[in-house]
Amino acid sequence: MSRRVCLRDIAHARTGDKGNTSNLCVFVYDGDHYDAIAAQLTGEYLEREFGALLTGDITRYELPHLNGLNFVMHNALEGGVNESLNLDGHGKSWSSMVLGLEIEI
Amino acid sequence: MAGNGIYRLGTGAGFSSDRLDPAVDLVNRGALDAIVFECLGERTLAFAYRDRSADPMRGYTPLLERRMEAILPGAVANGVRVVTNMGAANPPRAAEVTRGIARELGLDGVRIAYIEGDDVSDLLGPETPLWEGMTIGEVGRRYIGAHAYLGADALMPALESGAEVVITGRVADPSLFVAPLRHHFGWSGGDWQTLGAGTVVGHLMECAGQITGGYFADPGVKNVEGLARLGFPIAEVQSDGAACITKLEGTGGVVDERTVKEQLLYEVHDPTRYLTPDVSADFSGVRIENVGPDRIAVSGAGGTAAPESYKVTVAFDGGYLAEAGVSYAGPGAQARAELAGEIVAERMDSVHGSNAPARVDIIGAASLHATARRYHEDSRDVRLHCTQRASSREQAELLLWEVESLLCCGPAAGGGYRGSITPSVITYSASLARDRVVTKTEIVAP
Repeated sequence: MSRRVCLRDIAHARTGDKGNTSNLCVFVYDGDHYDAIAAQLTGEYLEREFGALLTGDITRYELPHLNGLNFVMHNALEGGVNESLNLDGHGKSWSSMVLGLEIEI
Repeated sequence: MAGNGIYRLGTGAGFSSDRLDPAVDLVNRGALDAIVFECLGERTLAFAYRDRSADPMRGYTPLLERRMEAILPGAVANGVRVVTNMGAANPPRAAEVTRGIARELGLDGVRIAYIEGDDVSDLLGPETPLWEGMTIGEVGRRYIGAHAYLGADALMPALESGAEVVITGRVADPSLFVAPLRHHFGWSGGDWQTLGAGTVVGHLMECAGQITGGYFADPGVKNVEGLARLGFPIAEVQSDGAACITKLEGTGGVVDERTVKEQLLYEVHDPTRYLTPDVSADFSGVRIENVGPDRIAVSGAGGTAAPESYKVTVAFDGGYLAEAGVSYAGPGAQARAELAGEIVAERMDSVHGSNAPARVDIIGAASLHATARRYHEDSRDVRLHCTQRASSREQAELLLWEVESLLCCGPAAGGGYRGSITPSVITYSASLARDRVVTKTEIVAP
C-alpha cells in the first residue's frame, strides 16, 4: 500500500547558489525510496509548486549510487544575491521549502 | 608530520566571518600539515578592492589581524603551514601586517609569501563580453574592477620556497587545498584524475563547518549535538587524492554520510564537470563510506583537462541597499503591516518621485519566497520589511525616513523601527585567456 509522506520525513537537502542560479541536492535516507523520488521529484513538479519563482530552465542530474538528485534551477533567485531584494538573496532557505513537498512511497 | 604517507589538511575558515576558536583548536591539537582559511565570497573582493582604492593600506580581509593573532602561535609551534586568500585586494599589505603580528608575538623568522596577479582590472574594457550576455560597457554601472580565479599552480613557487604562511587574493576555493597537496605529493599539472580527487577534497573542505554539521541541523529529523562548539574539518589525504574526512575529538557537530553528501553537491551544477583552473573534476563517481565515528572515506573522483581560460569576477557599483522595518502584533497585525507597506509605496512615489524598485515583505507571514507561496494568512506577530536599491545614500535615506514616519502617521500600534543602508556591489563573470594572466610571488623579509 502506498502512502503520501512529507519529503522531509524521507530525505535531506541542501541549497547552493551561483549568481541567479540555484542548485538543490536531495538525498533519501533509505535507498529503497530512491526510485520514488526519481520518478516523482521532477523539474515539472517543482515548477508546478513554485512556478512563480522558478522562471528558468530546470536541469536534473541523477546520482543513484548516492541516493540523490541534483537540480540546477536557472533564473530562480529573483536576480540572485546581486540584485534580489529578497531577504534570502542566496536562496539558502530553498531546500527546506522543497522538503515540504509530498511524495508517494 | 603525520607520517605513513597521509597529509593532514584542516580548514580554519569557510567564509570571511567564520568563527576563530575552531581554527585555534585545529592548529593546537590537530597534528596538521597545513590549514586553509577561505575568506573571499563572490562579492567580498569587490568591497576589498574599493577599500584599497580609498586607502592603499587596506583592502585585505577585515578579520586578518584577529585571525593571525589567534592562530599563528599554534601554527608556528606545531609546524602547520597556513594557506589563505585573506590578502583579498591587497596581498602585499596583508603579508606586511601578518609579519608585524608575528614579530609582536615573538615569532621571529616566520617566512611569509604573497601572490599577486589575480587583479586583471586593467586587462578588461568596455567591449569585454560577460557571461550574462552583455558587455562591460552595456551594464550601465560604474566598473569597479575584475579578478581572475587563479589555480593551484600560482601557489607552487611560494610553497616550494618553504613559506610557512602563503597569502593570496582571488584563487579558486578548492585550489587553495589542491596546492599544498600537489606540492606535498608531487602531483604533476596534467595528472587529471589525481587533481580531480584533490579537487573533491578541496570542495568538501572549503566551507569548513558545512561538512561537520553546520548548515545541516533540523531538529527532529537531523539532530546535531554541540553546534555552539562546532569542530572544523580535517582531511587525511592519501597520495592518490582519496581521503578520510573527520574532526577533532571532543568538538561539537557530526561528520557522517549525510553531511558529506550534502556538501559534495553544494553549489555544484553538472557533477561530471566541476570546473576549476586546475582540472575539470568529475564528482559523479565519488564513493562515500562510513569508516568510523565522525570518519567518512571519500574516493572515486575523476578528472579531465582543465578549462582553457580563467573565470573572472567583474564588479560594478551597485549603489545602496536601503532596508527599514516596523513590527505589529495582535489581532489584525497582518492587515496593519500590509496597510503600512501600501502607505510607504504610495509616498515614495507621490512625495519623493522615487521609481527605484521597492519590495515589501511581511516577516512572519511571507518574507523569504513570498513570490512562490503564501503561508500564514493571519499571523499575529509580524514585521513590515521594506527594501529598495538606491543610486545614492540620500535616495536610500528617503525609504528609512518614510518607514520611520509610520510610527506616528501609519497604522495603529506599530513599533520597533530599525533601518540600515548598505553599500552594494554587483558582480558578473567573464573569461580571460590563461596567457594574459601573469602571477608573481614575493617573500617578505622576516
